[in-house]
Parts: sequence; structure tokens; C-alpha cells
Amino acid sequence: MKICVQTEDFDLGAECAAIARGRTDIGAVASFVGLVRGANDGGGISRMTLEHYPGMTEKSLAEIVGQARGRWDVMDATVIHRVGALRPGDNIVLVVVASAHRGDAFAACEFIMDYLKTRAPFWKKEETAEGGRWVDARESDDVAAEKWRA
Amino acid sequence: MLKILYFAGLREALGQSSENMALPAGIGSVGQLHAHLVARGGAWTALARTKNLRVAVNQGMAAMDAPVEDGDEVAFFPPVTGG
Repeated sequence: MKICVQTEDFDLGAECAAIARGRTDIGAVASFVGLVRGANDGGGISRMTLEHYPGMTEKSLAEIVGQARGRWDVMDATVIHRVGALRPGDNIVLVVVASAHRGDAFAACEFIMDYLKTRAPFWKKEETAEGGRWVDARESDDVAAEKWRA
Repeated sequence: MLKILYFAGLREALGQSSENMALPAGIGSVGQLHAHLVARGGAWTALARTKNLRVAVNQGMAAMDAPVEDGDEVAFFPPVTGG
């Protein structure tokens, strides 16, 4: 398992290759990449700043991956989340899940993202022409996370 | 001592990201600590006004009735918006 909170960018191809390197038991690698949108709630965004809670963030991400491992056949997982100043088009978050079969890889990848969105202590602040604004939590994210309780 | 942390919009409203505080007498829960801080008045009422305020004790999410003891790290913050 690899969990990183970093200011640097990441390379999707390199992370997908790394997770399967040297193994022949992995049959599926699913990934998700989240990017900074250039517009949100109608306003143009010039910059975004990601704040987090050092220590709790890493612990929370490891717990989320641990829960995914408990529910699906997850052979390995990588979660990288960027913090600091980002611009539209920049990568924000990467989740890579390796499994024997696609069903487990897809489900665990989506679960990790849904839980990350509602449980991991990150906060986004957008810079727009009108000034800075903290992004409000979305109810749709809570709904997405809630569906995994079933 | 308690270590108290504030994040994001709450940190900005309070003008500080952390403070150390001797555990006040009679305070044994997150809710009691929250009320104690709000009672400072002025900018501190932001702690009462933050919608869906979240709390973590020792870096784990906690409810308002969670116990608080000397040496704990308590964090207050708005709902998370990462990903």
C-alpha cells in the first residue's frame, strides 16, 4: 500500500506500472484521477489551494484503504493526494487499485474515492475574480458514500 | 495541556491555526470544550456558526459527546472537501 500527501504532481502511468511490477497474480488495475476544474458553481477559477490536517490525513487514507481491503479482493492500492497551490487542469488525486479481477478493482477504487471525499481531512479554497472562497461540501458526496453502507 | 487545531475557513475566521490550553476545570467532553471556546465571544462564535462542524480527537473523527482528557489533540473544522 502506498499513501502519499504531496505538493508534487504524480504520473498515472508510472503508478499503474509500479503497482503490478514483478507480479503475475494481478489481473486488473483500476485507477481514478481527479483534476482541478476551471469553473465551479458558475464562476471561473484561477487557482485552488488544498489544505489538510497533517497526520490525520495519512491515517484517514490508510483506514479507508484498509476498509476497502476488508470488503474486496484488493492486492495492492496507491492513493496520492496533492496539497498546496494548484491550477485548473492540474491533477489533484490519484487512486490505483490492483486485484485479480476487474469487479473488485472497480468497486474498491470507487469506494476509496467516495470515502476520501467525505472523510479525509482536506479542504479546497478557490480563487476567483471575486476573491477566495472555501468550497462547500456537497450533499451528493454524502449520498455517494452512504450507498456503500448497504 | 490540550492541543487544539483549527482548519480551513474556521482557521481564517479565528485568525489562528492552533493553541495549547490547560484543560479547564469541569470540561470532560468535546461539546463542553466547544461551548467553552464559543463563550470567548467575538470571532469565536464562528465555532457555533460553522454549518455541520466536524471534530477530531487524537486524529480520529469524534462526536460532540466524545470524552476529552488532558494531553488530547482536538481539531475543529468544516466538512471536508478533498478529492
